[in-house]
Amino acid sequence: MLDDTPRKLTIIRDGGDKIFRGIIRAGGSTVLVIMVLVGSFLAYRASEALNKVGFNFFTEQAWEPDQGKFGIAAVIVGTILIALVAICVSLPLALGTSLFITEFAPRQLRGFLVSIVDLMAAIPSVVFGLWGFFFLQQAIVPVSRWISQYFGWIPVFAVDNVDPTDPLATTTVYTSSTFIAGIVVGIMVTPIVTSIMREVFSQTPIGEREGALALGATRWAMIRNVVLPFGQGGIIGGTMLGLGRALGETIAVYMIISPVFVIQPHILQNGASSVAALIALRYGESTPMGLSALMAAGLALFTMTLIVNFGASMVVARSRSGAAS
Amino acid sequence: MAGKKKAPASTNALVGVSRKKRPSSKTTTVHPRGEFVGIEPKRTLGGIRVGDLLSILGAAVAAFALTIVLTTQIAPITGQLAFFVVWYVLFVGLYALLVSIDDSKTFVVDRVISVVVTSVAVLLFSVLIFVIVFVIGRGAQALPFGNFYTQDMQEAGPLDPLTKGGVIHAIAGSLIQISIALAITIPLGISAAVYLNEIPGRFSRFVRTIVEAMTALPSIVAGLFIFATAILMFGVPKSGFAASLAISVMMLPIMIRSADVVLRLVPQTLKEASIGLGASQWKTVWNVVLPTSRSGLTTSIILATARGIGETSPVLLTSGFTAGLNVNPLADPMVSLPLAIFQFVKSPEPTMIARGFGTAAVLMAVVLTLFVIARWVGGMTPEKSARARIRRDMLVANVGQRFATVRKIITSRGTANRSKELS
Repeated sequence: MLDDTPRKLTIIRDGGDKIFRGIIRAGGSTVLVIMVLVGSFLAYRASEALNKVGFNFFTEQAWEPDQGKFGIAAVIVGTILIALVAICVSLPLALGTSLFITEFAPRQLRGFLVSIVDLMAAIPSVVFGLWGFFFLQQAIVPVSRWISQYFGWIPVFAVDNVDPTDPLATTTVYTSSTFIAGIVVGIMVTPIVTSIMREVFSQTPIGEREGALALGATRWAMIRNVVLPFGQGGIIGGTMLGLGRALGETIAVYMIISPVFVIQPHILQNGASSVAALIALRYGESTPMGLSALMAAGLALFTMTLIVNFGASMVVARSRSGAAS
Repeated sequence: MAGKKKAPASTNALVGVSRKKRPSSKTTTVHPRGEFVGIEPKRTLGGIRVGDLLSILGAAVAAFALTIVLTTQIAPITGQLAFFVVWYVLFVGLYALLVSIDDSKTFVVDRVISVVVTSVAVLLFSVLIFVIVFVIGRGAQALPFGNFYTQDMQEAGPLDPLTKGGVIHAIAGSLIQISIALAITIPLGISAAVYLNEIPGRFSRFVRTIVEAMTALPSIVAGLFIFATAILMFGVPKSGFAASLAISVMMLPIMIRSADVVLRLVPQTLKEASIGLGASQWKTVWNVVLPTSRSGLTTSIILATARGIGETSPVLLTSGFTAGLNVNPLADPMVSLPLAIFQFVKSPEPTMIARGFGTAAVLMAVVLTLFVIARWVGGMTPEKSARARIRRDMLVANVGQRFATVRKIITSRGTANRSKELS
């Protein structure tokens, strides 16, 4: 009896192919080298700063690298708070809009709406920053005041040194806050999140949709029992991707917040902080230690976005809808 | 069934059979009577009923009236936003009430959710459109002046009127920086994406993972990297070139990732057919893979360009700032559109702020143009362009045939006449 294993094939490549494979291999390797270089350079320079302050880097709130006193406790908390506000804004908006586009909108309108959403995802962040600074900063004050007045007993919504019942009180205490920055960033990332969710929802098997409808389900029952379970991975993955973008957003945040270097848990109150805005603010400090400290902060931010992004791609890849995005 | 007699026999028989088999209960769908013309037309499942429209309108009007009563007589509140929120909550509540008169709870939930989802979408689109209209509206003062597009800001101070100074330096800077960045990223990005697809293995999987990780790199960190290496370590001056390097580091992973997805979509059978015909790998890539995915690759390049041209943070750290036109990327500071916006609006002068908004409008116009090109190119799938070509050929053939017929008629007449004349 013959052993039925595949024969070993020898591939003889001609000269052109060898050159071609060499070129693309070189391209791939160059990209790898650049990317690894960025990461390892960041890590190397950051390690100088980390060696100096050790674990205090994660607990210290102040940012005075030249006095050897710096840490990311304040800025990281600020970044996370801004990103959380952003997600609270963008998740309902994105979920509603993507469902509207895939399930409710008239068929003729669908393609147009998809284009609009994709176009909005390409709008530069500085444009949103302009809008946030010149419009929302003032327009949002009554809302902030109202929330602090009625929900001020929840610590997050408290505002210090102000009497919300006094109509003549200064409003500057409500400006440049985490809340405003979060709303602007949230609106900025919503188109991206929407576009991912829409893509996943639109891949729901038509047979299952029709099956639900044929069993007498209303449109909402069909969405809840077929579309949403199918698109679960897309919802989580898209939201996490938006979260990653929100964490790394610089310029819109930088234009709106007035930076503080203490942990500011009151999201409605003037004063906020974010890692990216810190880097934009302080990169001009040319002392090597100051730069290393910024590198360390940048590395911490990068690690965070990396974890969020990988989490997102894992969730999406494991879900039924598969690696759609 | 009287009306159906005119229908073709086959469909008639089919309908008849299915009718007979179906039990005659009240839940049976009764097809509307009338002329049955061949295949039954597709029924619209969605659409708006008059009743729905009336209940929405009624709820809206009732909520409006109730809100006025509430906000002026019972619990005075001020502000348009508060008024609107109260109105909306009342509207949803009243609508649920109206629907519940006719329908069961399931339908009430369905209707209410439809209204909520639609209004969320309307809210998002109106906010996004408002952002754009707001920016263009504030910039409209600066846009009509021709000098806005032809001068730089060297001569114009913050107090000068809008008839002086412009953003040509930022437009030129953006174009130069993005061109250099594209010159770096297109060859590297596309060859890396081809590598990921053509030479699969453990190493290319590793490269793909690293590239995917790098898409998470915040743009400011890319700027910081170039600032620390190129500018501080290697002594490259703050210039357009340094800015393009920062933009490239940011754009490269985005481009590779989308190009990788596009290349993966090339049908395996096409590649196998090419290799089966004896083509080498290089020939296959050049003649099959790249042409098939051309539109997708172009889209990924253009979308990465749109991202790169709008990023402020890497440029903020690396390009320096200047008010004058500088077309030499290697030497002096060179400003780009987003950075110019950022610097303009830092000034408290209203004219400078108007210039900032005007620049933002210009930037959005650039991004929109790139996007429209991307859509247009991306819509051009091989099948579509082939179909367009076939249609064109058919049109040409058709017209040609008509001409030929006309010519034939003319010539035949001519010959007939001539033959008449001859005889």
